[in-house]
Amino acid sequence: MLESYLRSRLSEKEILLMTHIVLGYPTFEDSFKIIQAMVKGGVDLMELQIPFSEPIADGPVILHANQKALALGTTVNKCFDFAQKVTRTFDIPFLFMSYYNILFKYGVDRFAADTADGHLRGAIVPDLPPEEGQDYLKAMEKHNLAPIFIFSPTTTAERMKYIASFAQGFIYCVARKGVTGVDTDFSGQLERYLARCRKATGLPLALGFGVKDKEDIDFLRGKVDIAVIGTQTIRLVEKEGVGVVEEFIKNLTE
Amino acid sequence: MIERGYYEGFGGAYLPEILIVTFDELVETFQKAKSDPSFWQEYTEIMSTYSCRPTPLTFAENLTARFGGGRIYIKREDLNHTGAHKANNVMGQGLLVKRMGKTRVIAETGAGQHGVATATMAARFGFKCTIYMGEVDMERQRPNVFWMERLGAEVIPVLEGTRILKDAINEAFRDWVTNMDTTHYVLGTACGPHPFPEMVAYFQSIIGKEARKQILKYEERLPARIYACVGGGSNALGIFSGFLDDPVELVGVEAAGRGLNSGQHAARLCSEDASIGVAQGYKTYFLQNSDGQMKETHSVAAGLDYVGVSPILAQLKESGRVRFEATTDRQVVDALSLTIRKEGLIPALESAHAFAQAFKEASTLSKDDIILINQSGRGDKDIFTVADAFADPKWQEFIKNKAEQYHA
Repeated sequence: MLESYLRSRLSEKEILLMTHIVLGYPTFEDSFKIIQAMVKGGVDLMELQIPFSEPIADGPVILHANQKALALGTTVNKCFDFAQKVTRTFDIPFLFMSYYNILFKYGVDRFAADTADGHLRGAIVPDLPPEEGQDYLKAMEKHNLAPIFIFSPTTTAERMKYIASFAQGFIYCVARKGVTGVDTDFSGQLERYLARCRKATGLPLALGFGVKDKEDIDFLRGKVDIAVIGTQTIRLVEKEGVGVVEEFIKNLTE
Repeated sequence: MIERGYYEGFGGAYLPEILIVTFDELVETFQKAKSDPSFWQEYTEIMSTYSCRPTPLTFAENLTARFGGGRIYIKREDLNHTGAHKANNVMGQGLLVKRMGKTRVIAETGAGQHGVATATMAARFGFKCTIYMGEVDMERQRPNVFWMERLGAEVIPVLEGTRILKDAINEAFRDWVTNMDTTHYVLGTACGPHPFPEMVAYFQSIIGKEARKQILKYEERLPARIYACVGGGSNALGIFSGFLDDPVELVGVEAAGRGLNSGQHAARLCSEDASIGVAQGYKTYFLQNSDGQMKETHSVAAGLDYVGVSPILAQLKESGRVRFEATTDRQVVDALSLTIRKEGLIPALESAHAFAQAFKEASTLSKDDIILINQSGRGDKDIFTVADAFADPKWQEFIKNKAEQYHA
């Protein structure tokens, strides 16, 4: 169970770190090296994004990574093969992240079965609200996988409870309106929103969108259980190469 | 969510969580407006005093004689203000924006007609306006970009993906998820998440309501066939909706581009390159590969090369109520040329697809039959594309001289 893993990690560490990469970007070889560096740096869990041609919830950095990965020949099958290699090599939980069409075309049940066979722990599908996700929920349950759902600052208290009733593992709280990769205002407003999230669910809370440095993570300490770093690590790899990733991750939660 | 519009399995609302509240508000506003009898009255009033409704039905005497088959009538949506059926949808959504108390509108545009119509509506209602347009489409449709900017809109070139309509839609969604408190996304066609397909089809149904009344007045009978081009599908749904319960054959015409086997087309309902998928917030037929990645599309008409299609049309195809055909760029340019010469009408390249298909079939009908073609827009915006297609030497000379003037 993903949740029990998270709970046990949280008994040793005040805030956990989840990172995100786009599979096949810049290459699968580099994806592997980035994961290796992140695990060495002390990351607690990771999202592996299967690239999609229309990633509407992602900002320019992740959008480009999706497009380039596809242009270089990344396919869903290659992502599954790669993920299996990753879970065999590294001892942290991995989740798939993608858009619903990828699951739909692959076959939702087959997607869940192969995700479980690959020893991944769950999936994040940002364009699939629970209302449209009955097949997905059934498949995830059948294969003992965690469907990660999302809260946003616009989600009402009533809807947070509704979403939480389907969620497993943890809840991904989006820090602000907008897409990934834009600065977030870490302030009292965010704190109040997180308090609302906490009230709606007993599951661990992750916060993503705009988390980029140690200062942000220090702010989140005690307010959420997992900080999610997405765009920032892609920017870092683009600017300074894979070599700096381990040190960057290490410094974040020290 | 209040309701999640499905058309026998097509449609739905596959939305990022951040937009759910915004869509709830939109669904509620639209449903209230729709059940308020004064709303349609307010809408038709503004369309008759600000646009040019009812648009006429023109008997195409010369084309009828040329083909020697059915009597050809043309529904003149090109005479709407801003030159296309797009005005019907944007003015309707503009009234909803007023009801919601929002102050800014955004839109995507392919051919530019929807962008011009939205910028016009924004100018009239006093809204701020941003238009997203693929870089490729901006190059193809510069005259429309010029007008959007004159109307006070900010036109943002989209450099992502294939740099055409679908990419402009993604960018508009990205803007919306940031600014939904003040902003309404005026989606241009009967696609996207619920309630857009229903809402756009509702506003466009004014075309079919008028056309039915007009043809019965002129001919005292219904047409045998109705032809409309299909990009997203809003003009087709608009005219078809007036005749869905009648014994009338409805024909939707897609862009076969360089041919259905060329890989360079935009035929989602009559090619094997398309399959059912979920993208841009709804389930329909998309031109996509087996992994679910969207393919590149092509059409000489910027407004038709969209990768998806209205879920309502997808359902009408499955149920067999609408027949779908596709016609090539070459056939379209020929049909355009013939229509200009024979009738003095200049349909948009999009609309010319409907003409091309009707011309293929006109002579097979009897002289008593009536053919109705929806001329969804006017073609002056296409002057650069059409002049290229005709390789018009005088036009090329003009452009060359103009360019030299700017260099001087």
